[in-house]
Amino acid sequence: MEVALKVENLTIAYHKKPVVEEVSFEVPEGNLIGIIGPNGAGKSTLIKGILELIPKISGEITIKGSTYKSMRKSIGYVPQRESVDWDFPTNALDVVMMGRYGHLGWLKRPGKAERLKAMECLDKVGMVDYANRQISQLSGGQQQRIFLARALAQEADIYFMDEPFVGVDAATEKAIIQLLMELKEKGKTVLVVHHDLSTVKEYFDWTMLLNKKVMKIGPTEEVFIPEYLQETYGGRLAILSDTKSGLLLK
Amino acid sequence: MNILDIISDPNTRWILLGTMFLGLSSGVIGSFAYLRKQSLLGDTLAHAALPGICVAFILTGVKSTSFFLIGAALAGLVAVFLISVLTRYSKIKQDAALGIVLSSFFGFGIVMLTQIQQSEYGNQSGLDTFLFGQTASMVMSDVYMMMTVSFVLIFTCTLFFKEFKLLSFDPGFAKGMGLPVGILDYFIMMLIVAAVVIGIQAVGVVLMASLLITPAVSARYWTERLHVMVILSGIFGMLSGVSGTLISTSVNDLPTGPLIVLSATVWFFFSMLFAPKRGVLSSVWRRVSLKKNYSLEQDKRKGRHTS
Repeated sequence: MEVALKVENLTIAYHKKPVVEEVSFEVPEGNLIGIIGPNGAGKSTLIKGILELIPKISGEITIKGSTYKSMRKSIGYVPQRESVDWDFPTNALDVVMMGRYGHLGWLKRPGKAERLKAMECLDKVGMVDYANRQISQLSGGQQQRIFLARALAQEADIYFMDEPFVGVDAATEKAIIQLLMELKEKGKTVLVVHHDLSTVKEYFDWTMLLNKKVMKIGPTEEVFIPEYLQETYGGRLAILSDTKSGLLLK
Repeated sequence: MNILDIISDPNTRWILLGTMFLGLSSGVIGSFAYLRKQSLLGDTLAHAALPGICVAFILTGVKSTSFFLIGAALAGLVAVFLISVLTRYSKIKQDAALGIVLSSFFGFGIVMLTQIQQSEYGNQSGLDTFLFGQTASMVMSDVYMMMTVSFVLIFTCTLFFKEFKLLSFDPGFAKGMGLPVGILDYFIMMLIVAAVVIGIQAVGVVLMASLLITPAVSARYWTERLHVMVILSGIFGMLSGVSGTLISTSVNDLPTGPLIVLSATVWFFFSMLFAPKRGVLSSVWRRVSLKKNYSLEQDKRKGRHTS
C-alpha cells in the first residue's frame, strides 16, 4: 500500500517548551486513523503543524512522496468548530463553496459548477434543506456537518479533522463516521483527532497514541491495548479503566 | 442657505464629492475590518498617522498633503509592524497591543505637534486641523486624490472579495488551502491605512475610525449576506459623508468631520432600532408576540379543560 502521509522529525513549540517533539510516522493510504491522547498531548498542534498553520521548529512532511506544498490541493481540512465566529453574514451553501476556492484559484468567482458541487456535498451530509440558512441559526451538529461538507468539496485525497465529534449529538456522530468510512472505502485517508476512547475500536482501523511524542501507531487492535494506553495516559487512565474498563479495553 | 444654494456652490460641490467617496470607501474596507474583529486596528492606524504627519512636516518644512499622506502611511506601517511584533513575541494580547501603540503614537504626535505650533512658522502649518479634520482646507487636488484612492480601494475589494471573505470567516482554513494569509493580512491593513489617510483631512485622526466601524456595524443589522453588507456599509458611509457636509455648510461654524461622524451614528441608531430580524424593536416585538401566543394557547387549553 502506498504511503499517504509521511512525517519526519516534526517538532513544534509555542514558547520554548516543545508541544510536539520529534514526531515521525507514516500513514498508509485508505485508512481511517484516530489520533488519541490526553489533554495537552499536542493532538491539534500536530495537525496544525502538518498543515503549516503554525510554524514548526523542524520537520519534513511528504504527501504521497511529494512535498506538502505541491500537494496542497489534495488536502482537506476540518478545523475545530469553535475556531470561527458563526455569526458571520453568510449561509451554509456559501461556506461549503469555500471548499472550492483552492481549486478556483485567484480572482475567479465561484459560479454554477461550484454551486452544484457544494449542493452535492451538502446532500452527502444531509443538509440540502439548510443550504440557504444563515449559519448562526444552525445547531452545533449542523455546523459540524457544514464544515464536513466544505472539506468534501475540497475533493481531497487526505483529510485532517480536528475533533469533529465535539458537541454533536449521537445521531450526527454516527452519520459523520458513516461518511468517513465511505471516504476510506474510496481509498481516501482520513486522520481524526478524537477524544472518546469508548468508540476508538468501533471507528478507526488505525490508531495513533500521542503524548508529545508518538507513543504508538498502527492497526487499532495492535495499538489500542491497556499497556500502551497506560503508557500514553499515565496515571490518569486508572480512573478511566475503573469505570469503563469492560467497555473500553475488552 | 437651502440645499440648492449649497449644491450650486462649486467649492462645496467638490467637498461633497470628496466626503462622499471617503464615506463609500471607508465603509467598504471597514466591513472587513469589523468582521475580522479589527475595529480597534482602524482607530490605532488613524491615531498613528499623527506623528507621521508631524515628521513629514519637520523633514520637508512645507505643508504638502502628499508628503503628509506618505508620512501617515509610513507611520501606519510602523504601527502595524509593532503590533505584530508585540503580539507575536510577548504574551500581550492584540487588544492591549493596539492600545499601547495607539496611545504612545498619539502622545508622540501631540508632543511634536505642540513643538511645531510653537516654532516660528508653526501657526501657518495648519497641522492642528488634522486632529479633527477641516474640509475647508481641501483643494481640488485633494478631492482627486480621495477619489483615486477610493476607486483603488473599492476595485481591490471587489477583485479579492472571495479571498477577503474566506480570510475574514476562517483564516485557519484559508491558510490550509495555501492562501498567503500573512501577506493578505498586511494587504488589508494597508487598505485600511489608505482609507485613514484620505480621511484625515476631512474627518481627522481622532474620529476617522468611526467612519471605518460605524457604517459596517449599521450595515450588519440589515443583512445576512456579506456582499450586501459591504455595499450597504459603503452606502451608509456615503450618506454620512454627504449629510455631514451638508449640515455643516448650512449651519455656520459647525465642523464637518464631527458632523460626518455624528451622521454615521444616527444611521447606526436607526439600524439598531429598526432593522428587521436583528434590530432591537423587531426582537422585542418577536418576544412579546411569542409570549402572547403562548398564553393565548394556554388559555384555550384551560378553557377546554373547564368546559
